[in-house]
Amino acid sequence: MKLKDIIRYVEATVYVCDELAEEEIISACGADLMSDVLAFSKERVVLLTGLVNLQVIRTAEMMEIKAILFVRGKEPTREMKSLAEEKSILLMSTKYSMYFSCGILYQKGLGRL
Amino acid sequence: MHYEVAGDDLVWAGAAASDLKNELKRLGICPEVIRKTAVAMYEAEINMVIHADGGSIDVDISPDSILVTLKDNGVGIPDIEKAMIEGYSTASEEVRDMGFGAGMGLPNIKRCADVLKITSEIGVGTTVEIQVNI
Ligand SMILES: Nc1ncnc2c1ncn2[C@@H]1O[C@H](COP(=O)(O)OP(=O)(O)O)[C@@H](O)[C@H]1O
Ligand SMILES: [Mg+2]
Repeated sequence: MKLKDIIRYVEATVYVCDELAEEEIISACGADLMSDVLAFSKERVVLLTGLVNLQVIRTAEMMEIKAILFVRGKEPTREMKSLAEEKSILLMSTKYSMYFSCGILYQKGLGRL
Repeated sequence: MHYEVAGDDLVWAGAAASDLKNELKRLGICPEVIRKTAVAMYEAEINMVIHADGGSIDVDISPDSILVTLKDNGVGIPDIEKAMIEGYSTASEEVRDMGFGAGMGLPNIKRCADVLKITSEIGVGTTVEIQVNI
């Protein structure tokens, strides 16, 4: 699935790096605990989180995660947007909850073999 | 390479790991080795900020390994074996709100490192040596 499909499925607002929308995504990781994300090792994932701080961007950077979806209408701060831009990470947000967002993407086939 | 890590700034912590990651990329090191080094150093750098009062990091890159040495002058770890157990944490609520402090840092570091050495003295400080083979 491409990032642009994910954006469409969860009706996301994109803040930075929308040029990455054509990137292929294979799986997703839903977590508010950054150590959990750091223990997870898969290629080409989108990170879904309800946590909003700079360490979320740093964590994505370390894991080579190309996109972050903030759930339940959370919005990234100015500092987060500028760090994400520098590291080439797409930031977006959806009004849907974590449970609902994961459900939609799973149903559409993301992360299912 | 040498980095100084401020002890009072969890918001910007991880800058050193980020810088090293760029450097390893520039050197053309294999992505899996870069990821392991970056994750281990990042968790250790966060520990240095949340459990000690910051410190310094030295990185040596040789043809067959990357050695990251983190030194702090913090409170020290009374029982390293216990600290290594997944889920063990003395982190504050504030740290948990930032997405850390679940007692997974040291286990994550151990998983990423080929060799991990921790020495600590109460009231003197802690040294964490992380070696990742190339
Ligand atoms: N540099 C350090 N100085 C003092 N104590 C530390 C240090 N690093 C780790 N610790 C101790 O080891 C425990 C476990 O560390 P870790 O596995 O990273 O989990 P967390 O950071 O989530 O608490 C910490 O809660 C703390 O008590
Ligand atoms: Mg930790």
